[in-house]
Amino acid sequence: MRYLPLSDTDRTDMLATIGAGSVDELFRDVPEEARLDGPIRGLPMHASELSVERQLTALARKNVPASDAPFFLGCGAYKHHIPASVDHLIQRGEFLTAYTPYQPEIAQGTLQVLFEFQSQVARLYGCEVANASMYDGSTAMWEAIGMAGRITRRNLAIIHEGVHPHYVAVARTMAKFTGTSLADRAPQLSADMQIDTLLADIEANSPSCVVVQYPDILGRVTDLQPIADAAHAKGALLIAVVTEPVALGLLKSPGEMGADIVVGEGQSIGVGLNFGGPYVGLFACREKHIRQMPGRIAGETIDADGKRGFVLTLSTREQHIRREKATSNICTNSGLCALAFSIHMTLLGEKGLRQLAELNHARARVAADKLAAIPGVRLVNDLFFNEFTLELSVEARPAVHRMVERGVLGGVSLGRLYPDEAQLANGLVVAVTETATDEDIDALVQALTEAVK
Amino acid sequence: MTINQSGWKPSSPVQGATDTGTVTGNRALMLEEALIFEIGDSDTTGVDIDAPAQRDSGLGNVLRSAPIGLPGLTEPETVRHYTRLSRQNYAIDLGLFPLGSCTMKHNPRLNEKIARLPGFADIHPLAPRETISGALELINTLAFWLIDLTGMHGVAMSPKAGAHGELCGILCIRAALEARGDPRSVVLVPESAHGTNPATAAFAGYKVENIPANDAGRVDLDALKTRLGPDVAAVMITNPNTCGLFEPDMRAISDAVHAAGAFVYCDGANFNAIVGKVRPGDLGIDAMHINLHKTFSTPHGGGGPGSGPVVLSEALSPFGPLPYTAKTADGVVHLVEEEQAGAFSAEHFGGKLQSFGRMTAFHGQMGMFTRALAYILSHGADGLKQVAEDAVLNANYILRSLEDVLDAPFAHSGPCMHEALFSDKGFADGISTLDLAKALIDEGFHPMTMYFPLVVHGAMLIEPTETESKAALDQFITALRSVAERCRAGDDSLKSAPVYAPRRRLDETLAARKPVVAWREPVPAAAEAPTPSEVGDR
Repeated sequence: MRYLPLSDTDRTDMLATIGAGSVDELFRDVPEEARLDGPIRGLPMHASELSVERQLTALARKNVPASDAPFFLGCGAYKHHIPASVDHLIQRGEFLTAYTPYQPEIAQGTLQVLFEFQSQVARLYGCEVANASMYDGSTAMWEAIGMAGRITRRNLAIIHEGVHPHYVAVARTMAKFTGTSLADRAPQLSADMQIDTLLADIEANSPSCVVVQYPDILGRVTDLQPIADAAHAKGALLIAVVTEPVALGLLKSPGEMGADIVVGEGQSIGVGLNFGGPYVGLFACREKHIRQMPGRIAGETIDADGKRGFVLTLSTREQHIRREKATSNICTNSGLCALAFSIHMTLLGEKGLRQLAELNHARARVAADKLAAIPGVRLVNDLFFNEFTLELSVEARPAVHRMVERGVLGGVSLGRLYPDEAQLANGLVVAVTETATDEDIDALVQALTEAVK
Repeated sequence: MTINQSGWKPSSPVQGATDTGTVTGNRALMLEEALIFEIGDSDTTGVDIDAPAQRDSGLGNVLRSAPIGLPGLTEPETVRHYTRLSRQNYAIDLGLFPLGSCTMKHNPRLNEKIARLPGFADIHPLAPRETISGALELINTLAFWLIDLTGMHGVAMSPKAGAHGELCGILCIRAALEARGDPRSVVLVPESAHGTNPATAAFAGYKVENIPANDAGRVDLDALKTRLGPDVAAVMITNPNTCGLFEPDMRAISDAVHAAGAFVYCDGANFNAIVGKVRPGDLGIDAMHINLHKTFSTPHGGGGPGSGPVVLSEALSPFGPLPYTAKTADGVVHLVEEEQAGAFSAEHFGGKLQSFGRMTAFHGQMGMFTRALAYILSHGADGLKQVAEDAVLNANYILRSLEDVLDAPFAHSGPCMHEALFSDKGFADGISTLDLAKALIDEGFHPMTMYFPLVVHGAMLIEPTETESKAALDQFITALRSVAERCRAGDDSLKSAPVYAPRRRLDETLAARKPVVAWREPVPAAAEAPTPSEVGDR
């Protein structure tokens, strides 16, 4: 057993020091009838590195990685190129195998990274402050709704139709148990984002917050300022959700357009697809609300010599101090993914992020133009970043599988995301990033042409 | 006093160089490192990106016009920046990391390799079913072993961390109670439970009441029984508990809770002490999260990500979250989402599936699942049992080797499990657990968990884990013994520890009083009240 350093001699010597006759004596508080006699049945005995690698590699080979096919899936998780140095650096043992920086004097590496990460996120989102990351975008959105409830002392959240349905599902789960009400609608398969309906909903109620995704689940983009103004006029906060952070290299930030809390998924920058996790939730807000912000926060201070240093701060909001009075029960962050995000963002810098965003948008435009020319395919929204929606002449779910038969992962069907909404069944959401080549786009055009026949 | 405010910069030699004896503030291999905002700029990038063909975006008034303010570095500068920062961290790869209840053990590198296989790392959560069969099989296989190792009935894989798993378990309990038309309002939490437990129960809408510990550091069974009643929804217990002790009355506790119509939630953060030796299902537990990163060793990454699958009893299984995987008789593993839940309900839950919904957008922490399964298969049935035995042996070796210099409040009541608890009793006046911890840093060790659990004054909770050799334990014991003796003797120099760390003691009060949590362009000192950046100037 290669991971266990004690030898049998060590064990015997240590038992003698302890004054125990056997290891079982150390388990004497466990009632006899609850103890297992012998190893767990069914589970094989320990296995060599070669053997385990062989077994799990065989499982991995049953999947089709995004890099092995023309690939156009988005809807909350995006395939981007990650520079090699990102994974190299996060695998340094001092980052990879460190713990929560509870002893700041010997955790300055992690703490400075978190401070830099917070600064990057705040600027990207156009906010004053950010936290040290959340589990993912969906849980970050729920926490933002909870935070808006604490600030406004109201319990109705109005959710725009364009918010990711799984994010809404998470909010619905939590709302059931916390007395929060949610008002949400399914989207229309249309370029019209029904903003007038949203403004009317805000006007007719006194919500704690209004939640808008930017760009939204269909890839549509709208100016958030009128929504922010309407929300503020009713004493509500505007929460903006960003599932594709690369978009903010090209688009105005939500903070700039009046959002009070901006949350989202950071996976696009530095973190792989990973079948849904681990991801990295981003969370930023106005400085005046910092004490209601959930999650960990790194802050600047000085040490006994007057040197600048960093610590975890404002922890009086947290569970280990306040127990049942804590602002949330979150105990961890997504530290290593935040590190990956921060390294990738440092490599990009402002210049690289803008170029990457422009390239994403340009690739998507090329694809959208070609796809819209296919008979039986209509481009739903002409205003988008790197993701847009097509209305097919056939149901999109079977079309996706027909494209797989032709070796193309051609998009996410709205029927999968909204199984109960018949009017969305022909909708296909296509994401095109910098990784899509001309050949990939041509393969998609070919596969979709055949799939809608 | 003069200070090095900006870290190392060629253009600004540090004025307070007498502190370290160097003009740079560096000390041999230990280098100061400025912030990316101080060394990077908006025109520098470390990536070469193809220029796109020019074309009007049509995006009009939502196009970004103002600068973002993001600094960039070239690739060599980036590698150097993060490598230098990494060297200011303590990590399990550098030495023993005895944080009680946090379980810092060796992270096998095979697991890193497996998690990065493109077939796992590069697949999309909404990919068509026929392209992800291996991933679903992996999740289902891990789920099977988690159920088997815990003796439970079902498992919810999607919770993203231990505290998220606690919330999942409590939501299952709440859904089950509501389904039988018996909503209840109170959750009981023993003093020896983790701090997240009451936070979770309160977050899920329950009133939280504490149950005291008895003199032996266990749940006071009589106090618990007295408090049980028709308003109690659940008891949240940590076993082995945060005093490092097994709750020997666990079965009696479960029976009493069930008789009162309530459920038992167990915080499984310390499952590594009993894995392969005891099945929580046999003790009457209804829900327990398993921190995959602790028991099955996935790296903690400086604070996360974690992963917190929740094993469930037969009574709670129908209420777990979506999505989940299910294997049908034909051997195919299905991904069950909202749409298929009805069909699978009939097959697997006798038509009773009443999922409370989603905890998170997708399927949970796939990257942790791969690592955990690799760990389970590497250890096997014999190895996992040895894991628990060695973890407990190592903890008791530390307990017995130090109890003559450190007060061990519960040592009289028998062996500890995976962690040893000490108190500050016997320290000289004015010397605290914090002083001991900071002195231990100078000896080359990460300190133990301090001031937790709350039931012990000046608590020190030491968890060596099973991946420490006897030689490593002996080194640690020697260091801690020496520091403990200084604490008893009232050695004033402890107050200035650490002196050899990258930073001396940091002013946490200042950080909280005047929060600076994002970098800003320096402003002239007279323009506004001092912030931590400026305090050193005066």
